[in-house]
Amino acid sequence: MTSTTAEISWEIVVGLEVHAELRTRTKLFCGCANSFGQEPNTNICPVCLGLPGSLPVLNRTAVEFAMRVGRALNCHVQPSIFHRKNYFYPDMPKDYQISQYDLPINTDGWLELPGGTRIGIVRAHMEEDTGKTTHVGGGGRIHGAAHSLVDYNRAGVPLVEIVSAPDIRSSEDARTYVDELRSILVAIGASDGKMEEGSLRVDANVSVRPAGSEQFGTRCEIKNMNSLRSLGRAIEYEAERQIGVIRDGGTVIQETRHWDESTGRTGSMRSKEEAYDYRYFPEPDLVPLEPSAEWVAEVEESLPELPAERRMKAGSASGIAADQDAVVTVVRLDLDRYLDNVVASGASAETAAIAVRRLANEVAAEIDSIGNLDPKAFTSLVTMESDGSLNPMQSRAVLKEMLASGGDPEEIAKRLGFEAMSAGALEEVVNRIVSEHPNEWERYVGGDDKLTGFFVGKIKAATGGNADLKEASALLRSKRGT
Amino acid sequence: MTAPISKQDVAHVARLARLSLTDEELDQFTGQLGAVLDHARDVEALDTAGVPPTAHPLPIRNVYREDELEPALDRDEVLAQAPSVEDHKFRVPRILGEAP
Amino acid sequence: MTGPGHLRSAVDIAAAVRKGEISAAEVLERHLARVGAGESGVHAFNLVLTDEARRQAAAIDAAVAAGKDPGPLAGVPIALKDNLCTRGIPTTCSSRILEGWKPPYDATVVERLAAAGAVAIGKTNLDEFAMGSSTENSAFGPTRNPHDLERVPGGSSGGSAAAVAAGFAPVALGSDTGGSVRQPAALCGVVGVKPTYGLVSRYGLIAFASSLDQIGPFARTVEDAAAVLDAISGPDRRDSTSLREPPPLASERLKTGVDGLRIGVVSELAGAEGISPDVVARTREAAEALSAAGAKVEEVSVPAAMYGLSAYYLIAPAEASSNLARYDGVRYGLRVEGGPGADVTEMYLRTRSAGFGAEVKRRIMLGTYALSAGYYDAYYGKAQQVRTLIIRDFETAYRDFDILLGPTAPGTAFPLGAKTSDPLAMYLNDVCTIPSNLAGHPAMSVPFGTGDDGLPIGVQVLAPALGETTMFQVAAALEGAAPPLAEPGITEEAVR
Repeated sequence: MTSTTAEISWEIVVGLEVHAELRTRTKLFCGCANSFGQEPNTNICPVCLGLPGSLPVLNRTAVEFAMRVGRALNCHVQPSIFHRKNYFYPDMPKDYQISQYDLPINTDGWLELPGGTRIGIVRAHMEEDTGKTTHVGGGGRIHGAAHSLVDYNRAGVPLVEIVSAPDIRSSEDARTYVDELRSILVAIGASDGKMEEGSLRVDANVSVRPAGSEQFGTRCEIKNMNSLRSLGRAIEYEAERQIGVIRDGGTVIQETRHWDESTGRTGSMRSKEEAYDYRYFPEPDLVPLEPSAEWVAEVEESLPELPAERRMKAGSASGIAADQDAVVTVVRLDLDRYLDNVVASGASAETAAIAVRRLANEVAAEIDSIGNLDPKAFTSLVTMESDGSLNPMQSRAVLKEMLASGGDPEEIAKRLGFEAMSAGALEEVVNRIVSEHPNEWERYVGGDDKLTGFFVGKIKAATGGNADLKEASALLRSKRGT
Repeated sequence: MTAPISKQDVAHVARLARLSLTDEELDQFTGQLGAVLDHARDVEALDTAGVPPTAHPLPIRNVYREDELEPALDRDEVLAQAPSVEDHKFRVPRILGEAP
Repeated sequence: MTGPGHLRSAVDIAAAVRKGEISAAEVLERHLARVGAGESGVHAFNLVLTDEARRQAAAIDAAVAAGKDPGPLAGVPIALKDNLCTRGIPTTCSSRILEGWKPPYDATVVERLAAAGAVAIGKTNLDEFAMGSSTENSAFGPTRNPHDLERVPGGSSGGSAAAVAAGFAPVALGSDTGGSVRQPAALCGVVGVKPTYGLVSRYGLIAFASSLDQIGPFARTVEDAAAVLDAISGPDRRDSTSLREPPPLASERLKTGVDGLRIGVVSELAGAEGISPDVVARTREAAEALSAAGAKVEEVSVPAAMYGLSAYYLIAPAEASSNLARYDGVRYGLRVEGGPGADVTEMYLRTRSAGFGAEVKRRIMLGTYALSAGYYDAYYGKAQQVRTLIIRDFETAYRDFDILLGPTAPGTAFPLGAKTSDPLAMYLNDVCTIPSNLAGHPAMSVPFGTGDDGLPIGVQVLAPALGETTMFQVAAALEGAAPPLAEPGITEEAVR
């Protein structure tokens, strides 16, 4: 290619494949426990161990969860069948994976990002998880290991694989998409969405194209990202790599690449001659799945409010835009029930906005202590802040106490000595401070606004923090006549 | 019409199926598979346009089990059957590639 | 059928044991003695369960003594094809690859037989993973036909067929994917049944081709076969393809006769490639006998049936290639490692190459090829469409007929080694039995006379899905009309 390529700008095109483990009690095709962190090879039976003669029987609850995922993602729930995906690998007890192929249970949906961008969902299908392999020697990595060990506890755990359309245009949006999807999965109770524990796994199909182009470039599938951060980094790296290849006059080869967190690079996963041929065919040991319209309707009715709706609600109650970080955080952390309680008390939008800020900041920072925070007590607190009984600083201090050890905000405020000052008492203090510092006052009156801080600091010290400092500044301003 | 199966095809298929064949076996199997596939080509004479495939002989639908725990196998009994075990896990020789 | 000494029917044995007229232990010992006399010549068993069977028989006798009913098959010795999982007892599929493996569980049929009071006497030889028609593809050597030890018993359930023919057990279980119960039954002169797909649970049957496999009984009499089928059929929650409805009773109308039944002789089967004239003649005689007994017998055409063989040898190997992938040396059975530094793929290659015999490798490769990218539509996809056509043609035929009739095997038992070098010639043994597997319909073979060589010939009775009751009704009538068959000469002298 010529130097012109160096000048053009590039667009990143990303499609994501998210594997989510479903929170059933038992595995997809057998009655073994679906639970994380057990002793190795204790949750296994003839079926999930693929013993000769064993047969799979489909878990009804897994199907129901899959349908929930589908409806929550606005998919069409349709009759489906299972296929066998054939390949040899030690973590696959049968050396084939039972998965859905050309007739998945959910198709053609969408997910709306908090900013309003809609990402298409191509499909969300059911499949079984594999076992877990650990590598001995070579620092625990697959390359250089002397041998490997397999634990089949995870083999047969139900997964839903959610495949997005290539509608994502930045690493930022990719992260937002996964975050939103995770919130939805958690909200509907289908998955616990823990990327670190591997219950949520993300592969990214990344390609680049000149901005404005309608055609897609050759894509690479990137695997092995285990946090949102590494997802973002991997996409950025891979896009840069592909742009570099094209700029250097090369062509991007369609392949699967492995993200290496420690080097911050992606690397080719397999040699070219080992092309995979999965030889899909309908799984003869299972029968077709045709959920009745009644069942689908029942599942749909049982869906809770989804994060997007909840953000809309929180936004309209507080007057803060639904895609603002504060609202997004409140919903993501499942804190909107506190807001609901405030709203239900008949609070104003302003009060609700105070609640949103407190939830998104102080409460979010101490989310592990959320069990100490009673919704009614929280409502009392924001009401006190709203009516001026507590100034914002006092309110934050009280809230911190409530999160640390529970309790009633009025009592805590009293214990901390936060007596609300009457307007008259505050004015008295202001007058006293002004008279004690005539030179500073003169400069302030002369227009030196930097002295606001000086006076506010004095007032704060003189009142032991009980003064509403906003109110105090207002008094100072009116006193000098501005 | 599909082309007759070649020695290369047989070698490729053997690799996919994780079977290693001697040259002699490769020749023999190529001839034998060719004969069977030749016979199978009979079906090409049939007009199957618009005929749906049958994967299951009988029209059964919607078979489920409830999401209820059942006892697992005894780990010692299972591992006792394994060719190689370490730390209560199945031991395998080194793996050269990631799972596809 | 009455026979010398121990050769009583299963139904007679059960009745006598339940009444306390004979002990299960005595029944077992007589059969074990017979095994002792004949097994070295026949090689029906991979494993004789002497100790386990004695324990089981003693438990049954104890139950009878305690006034409890041990079940409809009380004290009946039964031989089990060695692809049925038996807890703690080696189950080999006659393959080296399962070396040393003891299943940690029982197949559903094994549980049901035990619950019915039957006594498992041994695990019988088979073509490796049930792939074959002569039981010569066994890693443990061939089984021989009790009627002529130089000939094959048929396959793949040759060990079970031979065990029943030789009197080692009155009944046995086999599995039938393309004729593996019916063809050896025909060659050994016994009754063999392939039930409706889904009638008998496949849980614990080591899969060959999952959409075709069915477990079925062997017996010396139609009544015994019905008794065993009735004991093992019915829904099983561990098999998703198991039929939910209550099973038809095989033994319901054994003495009803065939008056008024409409029976069609399938011209495509009677006239199929390579069917010997004596087999065609016996099939015609069987039809005439049924006609004489009052049935309305006519020729009927099932045109797609002639494509069954081609479709079968794509579908069955395709499913098998996947079902047999799990034998990889990781979790159980044989493992052959490469040298130092060799990787897991090398271990797979060595294990599978050493563990599987030639026929299994052939079918795995055939199936892998049929499923592989670029060939799926031409081979596997097309074969599944043919399957639809066969089902449709059968449906049409069953509008006019209750039961269909045809040969079971193309000829009588052939000499050992006669077809081992030509897989296609071997596959042609299944040409008449395959259509029922593809359609999921029941069919059974009933002995009906002998060939020019004096060896047994079987006639096949075919029925629509869940038509077992009528199928057995016709089979019983055929049995009644059949010329008597000589007992195989398995005695101490014959075996030397």
